[in-house]
Amino acid sequence: MAVIEQRPDLAVSARRVPIRPPVAPDEAAARRTLREQVAKLESELGALFCTAFPRTGFDWQVPSRGGPRVLSLVELEELRDQLADRLEHNRRVLGDRTYVEELNRRRIEEMVLEPERHKWMVIRNEDIGEPGCKSWHVRPRFGLLGMLLNWWRVRISSGCPLAGGRGGPPRPLPH
Amino acid sequence: MIETPEIEEGWVAHDLAAEFPELRILHTAVEARSGRSPEAVRRRLRNLADRYTGGKAVTLRQQPVPWAYRVFFRQVGIDPDERRTPPEEIALERMRAGGFPSRNLLDDAILIATVETSVPLVAFDDEKLEGPLGLRLSEPGERLGGDGRPLSSRQVVIADAERSVGVLFADLAEGRGVHPRTRRIRIASIQVKGVPDVSVEEALWIIAEVLQGDAGAGAAPAGNAP
Repeated sequence: MAVIEQRPDLAVSARRVPIRPPVAPDEAAARRTLREQVAKLESELGALFCTAFPRTGFDWQVPSRGGPRVLSLVELEELRDQLADRLEHNRRVLGDRTYVEELNRRRIEEMVLEPERHKWMVIRNEDIGEPGCKSWHVRPRFGLLGMLLNWWRVRISSGCPLAGGRGGPPRPLPH
Repeated sequence: MIETPEIEEGWVAHDLAAEFPELRILHTAVEARSGRSPEAVRRRLRNLADRYTGGKAVTLRQQPVPWAYRVFFRQVGIDPDERRTPPEEIALERMRAGGFPSRNLLDDAILIATVETSVPLVAFDDEKLEGPLGLRLSEPGERLGGDGRPLSSRQVVIADAERSVGVLFADLAEGRGVHPRTRRIRIASIQVKGVPDVSVEEALWIIAEVLQGDAGAGAAPAGNAP
């Protein structure tokens, strides 16, 4: 004992540290925060979905986790991160798409103003992010003559064909 | 004579309520039998289908109540784009089929109530239930309905006092659903955070009204559809 008192470094290591019982951290608050973040991200994804419609080619799915069940903290974090990644990716895709659509809109205006400079060019509704089958097509007026004389115009299609076609054969008249 | 449905609030297990404090199950019993829907119900379905447009189906996920169920699906580990919420499933089916074809009185009543309120509903044979309905987490090794398929650990289930009778927003236990001989139907609706009380109660009111034969109450007069 006397030796320990003379060497202060040993005195520290020999001191007894009370052992505390293990305490499980309360994850409830963290899970609650994560669930709120998931709700916010879902809201933003929903708004983006409506903005992106009717454009196709987006992936909205985030893998399920075998629910309905109470997700652990790690699972909620993964879900939050995947939703955030999906949102960011789709925002970028939509941004790129709308940039091209804007260029196409401008090109339609140019086609209408100077059709002879955009010969045979076709721009469809889907190229400008709109639903339907409308298209702008630069074609020569009066066919071959227009091509020879450089008479060009923009022809706008009349929309989608009817779902039912032109109808069946006429019914026989009742006798 | 239409009886006023007595709406009861079911129990929610403590561990589940701690995670989802706003989660509730409300239920009511209706003395009715399913079967072929009367003309008034079919007319109401047609009117509802006419009111449903593509634009409405697309923006459904931005409306408060359908959005609340989408969020809850996410929070309990379901991808709502893979297994759709009931209001979205109905909207998609409307777009695919071009209308709401009548199936039977109970299914039609559930569809009408869900379209009107966006609240999902589930029906049980009341005589097959033991005690009050509630929500809890499945126990290790538990089987659906006591002797059905095994449930994964800590799944959210609808249960009576004895056993689980269905997985939340998924399948029901064998023999607990409504069949042609059912005389008393127990309808349950699930309320999650963001869904107002009035929507859930209205859903139960509508379904009781349709099942008890006053389906025309909420429908437009014949020949006057929008």
